[in-house]
Amino acid sequence: MQRKFDTIKNYQATRETIGYVTRKMATQEDYDRIGFMSGLEVHQQLKTKHKLFCKCPAGIYQNLENYDAEIIRHMRPTLSELGEYDGTALMEFKTRKEIVYHLSNDSACTYDIDDTPPFKLNAEALEIAIKISHLSKLNIVGEVHITRKQYLDGSIPTGFQRTGIIGVEGVIQLPHKKIRLIQLSLEEDSCREVSDIGHRRVYRTDRLGMPLIETVTYPDCVNPYEVMETNNYIRFLNRSTGLVRTGIGAGRQDVNVSCRGGSRVEIKGVAHTKWIPELTHNEAFRQWSLLHIKKLLCVKVQKIADWKIHHIELNGIFKSKNPILKEAFLKKIKVIAVNLNGFKGILSHFTQPGKMFANEIEERLKVIACLERPFMLHSEEFEPVISKDEWAEISDLLSAGPDDAHLVFWGPDDDIKTALETIEERCLMAFDRVPNETRKSFENGTTIFERVLPGADRMYPDTDSSPIPLDNEYIEELRKDIPADIIDRVNQLRKWKIPQDTYTYILSKNHYRLLGRIISELEIDPVFAGTFIGHRLKFVEGHYKSAEAFNCKIVYAMFRFLKQQNLDFELADKMIPVLYEFPKMDFESVLASIGFKRIPKDEILSHLPFLKNKFAETAKSNNATNLINWIMGELREEALGNISLKELAEHIKNNN
Amino acid sequence: MTQDFFQGYKGESLGVLKKYNVRVWGQAEIFTIRGPFSGTVLPRSENDDDQHIVIKIATGYNIGIDIKTITGMKETGYKKAVYKIPEKEFPVTPGLPRVKLFGTGGTIASRLDYRTGAVIPAFSPGELYGAVPELADICNLDTEKVFAVFSENMGPKQYIALAKAIGKEIENGIDGIVIGHGTDTLHHTGAVLTFMVQNPPVPIVLVGSQRSSDRPSSDAATNLMNAMYTAGHGDIAEVMVCMFGPTSDVYGLLHRGTRVRKMHSSYRSTFRTIGDTPVARVRRGELIHFKKDYKPRRKDKDVKIIPYFNDQVTMLYYYPGIKPDTIDMLVEAGYKGIIIVGTGLGHVNKELYPAIERAHAKGVHMFMTLQTIWGYVHMFVYDTGRDMMAKGIIPCGNMLPEVAWVKLSWILGQTDDPAEVKRMMLTPVNDEITDREPYNGYLVYQGGVPAVEEFIRRVHK
Repeated sequence: MQRKFDTIKNYQATRETIGYVTRKMATQEDYDRIGFMSGLEVHQQLKTKHKLFCKCPAGIYQNLENYDAEIIRHMRPTLSELGEYDGTALMEFKTRKEIVYHLSNDSACTYDIDDTPPFKLNAEALEIAIKISHLSKLNIVGEVHITRKQYLDGSIPTGFQRTGIIGVEGVIQLPHKKIRLIQLSLEEDSCREVSDIGHRRVYRTDRLGMPLIETVTYPDCVNPYEVMETNNYIRFLNRSTGLVRTGIGAGRQDVNVSCRGGSRVEIKGVAHTKWIPELTHNEAFRQWSLLHIKKLLCVKVQKIADWKIHHIELNGIFKSKNPILKEAFLKKIKVIAVNLNGFKGILSHFTQPGKMFANEIEERLKVIACLERPFMLHSEEFEPVISKDEWAEISDLLSAGPDDAHLVFWGPDDDIKTALETIEERCLMAFDRVPNETRKSFENGTTIFERVLPGADRMYPDTDSSPIPLDNEYIEELRKDIPADIIDRVNQLRKWKIPQDTYTYILSKNHYRLLGRIISELEIDPVFAGTFIGHRLKFVEGHYKSAEAFNCKIVYAMFRFLKQQNLDFELADKMIPVLYEFPKMDFESVLASIGFKRIPKDEILSHLPFLKNKFAETAKSNNATNLINWIMGELREEALGNISLKELAEHIKNNN
Repeated sequence: MTQDFFQGYKGESLGVLKKYNVRVWGQAEIFTIRGPFSGTVLPRSENDDDQHIVIKIATGYNIGIDIKTITGMKETGYKKAVYKIPEKEFPVTPGLPRVKLFGTGGTIASRLDYRTGAVIPAFSPGELYGAVPELADICNLDTEKVFAVFSENMGPKQYIALAKAIGKEIENGIDGIVIGHGTDTLHHTGAVLTFMVQNPPVPIVLVGSQRSSDRPSSDAATNLMNAMYTAGHGDIAEVMVCMFGPTSDVYGLLHRGTRVRKMHSSYRSTFRTIGDTPVARVRRGELIHFKKDYKPRRKDKDVKIIPYFNDQVTMLYYYPGIKPDTIDMLVEAGYKGIIIVGTGLGHVNKELYPAIERAHAKGVHMFMTLQTIWGYVHMFVYDTGRDMMAKGIIPCGNMLPEVAWVKLSWILGQTDDPAEVKRMMLTPVNDEITDREPYNGYLVYQGGVPAVEEFIRRVHK
């Protein structure tokens, strides 16, 4: 007789037991309690003319259908220098994927598809990487060794990424603490994935081979917000050189997270910085949940060493009312029932918001055994797909005990073996540890399994390239033209008393230099200048269509024009939308288009006595503030640009 | 023998290591004016300079340290790396054909040498099984390392040793033979073995790889599987080359040893049959014949091993304005045969005539082949051609220049009678000269042409 089991109650109870709190409710104590630890790998494309190891142009993108040739490859694991197979390599080998590349003649050559050995490392890219290493306070190496980093997912046709360390052991200063850097490497970018269905994965090769730097931090961040802040600082630092690419995909980050007793898990390709807090928060708690599962299992299961899955084929011995299963039986697709000894209450154990332990198994099956959804059901679903009676029957067929959980999956014959191994492997890990994984992120802050986390075992020296010596003089020469530290810039912004909510925009768009020039050369009030860029320009950027020719120099020229013409800088607010859309328009025409007329200051002020009388006549109460506001409103249009609004207000007040 | 603690280091960098008493494979803290570094000291490639020390840092990457910047070093540990392919005993499956794999070196089975940074041959059934376990489903494998040289170092000695080893194996009743070989001179060996191993009862398959097996996208495993299948299960008892058909990892092509040529320095699909179609296409478990006229597998052991090679044969690649002394010098140096690689239909300039006459008078055997690679020598079309024939140069039909060199070397190892040499040269052993060139025997498509572009987009080339 089976005990009554309520999945939802179990899910909620386990969530409570592990002490999950939402990010909004979480405090530093919560993060200290679970030992939150996180670091970053920040990728940044460099603005070079060519790719890193060939002379293909960099930054030419193809759309989905626009390709000239298609080639197919398979990837096999190889041994590393120290004589071991890497875990990821073996997993990818199990998936038996056919990798398809779509090539465009405009963006790829025979090097990209590994039919020609690499050419000399792009000197322009090397120079930028060294400059950024200086900025990151890294110890720059004396000789760059190109290393092959294995990627068997096919994202690079060679099966490895050519990469070289430029500097190690650096540091970046955040306002309240230092974050240490492990290293900075110069590497070639990978392909963009088009699709991944069953055993076939398709890539585009346009991004492949573009120069990229990767800045890796130590796991020094102790809460999700620090991770985001660190990410921003590294990003600002890279951009402050003006030598990196911007735009979609030009900067990406992988976030490493663990909790106390957990393992390093890498959340891959986080597209937006603002996703970081929720993702890291949930990942730390996911690991905390898995550790709780481990504790539960070690109590429930006596002989862990003997633990095995047990499975049977359901075809022919089991009938279901469920349409999916019915169809599978009809199509003679193998349907396998698996018994998980002692896993009752574990499958529906909380892991992430809306996710339970069963998802951990399901996600691995999708990736490693290449099963296509839907392919799995289990006995602890939130909303059962097959009835309790049917589960009871499956339980009997499996000769299961009362404390067991079951799952049913179906798929092509060739994939069944891998699927069973994958299920057993993941369950065994649950007794032992949080598996090292790379996980794919979603906007809602949850993650799914992507692959086994590769280790240092996947590094090989590149036999196609010889080491590149970096002379001390050359390294020091490059130090000369690097911008100021980000933290110095932040401190200067503070000194200027510029509102803090503008910093991110100013630093991320690398407008700091522009701001500095406007303030020092044109003597514009720093607060006005900072707010103009951080609020007004940002607003315009978000609300108007940009023209390609628009750039910082136009903003500077506009202010210089206003100064030369002795016009008030406030006019800039109205000019900027026009300039943003029509950057080539001359400033006089811009003024005409916004309906500006030059009116002498005295003429404007001469209206004051009349307006004051008018106000006295019509106003219900003779309040001074109301008076100023009303007159300002009346005169605003013609005053703007001719007299500073502040000055006008003073006049109204003093004339009272 | 003393152990080499400083593998590959020399001069000043060796001095620095010795000064601080730090060994290769030692874990070291290195203090420099650029800041501290730590990692495992790696061997250095012998051809690299003596100004840097290479270390592997904790993240697995290698970096070099400029010794001029070093202010101190300390060894904190020691761990020597052993590079090994997991070796498992190759299983024997009753009912599967017996295939012998001869190793000659080259990249089909190789590993990295971390001292020189180069790829070096490595090879045993166990290692192969560890690296390509699928082989056990294809055949029962036995391997023998005949010698280990790079493809470019193959020569007469190796050719003869290989031919004899094949003869012995056939005598032992093997079902098929695969020869792992570097790709640079794979086609030379294909021709040599065709001449030296005549009338074989089983397939003899030469195989290599364009990307060494230490790379995940290597073509080695696929080529090896295709070759093993061809040797064990195929019906073509000839000397063949088995390599990637397209650059895509989809199928291999079987080329006759006498009609194949390496046509690209680095492409996977570098081997092409010239002037004909390949013999067949092979994918694991499937062999599709393109040509109907092939020599089928037999049960007997009537192979003829003719292991002769004269190394006094050379090739002369003609260029406009070539001077007669180029031939005179060769004759003077004692060369007995010259394969001329001429232009167009098989021409050289008139200035060479006296030298050709002098060479002919001294009994040097001269044959004409083509720089155009494709097509036949036609020395009757122009006067120059007729002149040259009169002076003793014999046209070789559509024999490839390298094959002609191989064949003349092989013949001159047996006879120097001019009539016999000529007869043997012009009597094909296995299609080194063909009677006809099919229209699909010459295909060099050009990109840009819409129909070709359409083909490339649709077909995995």
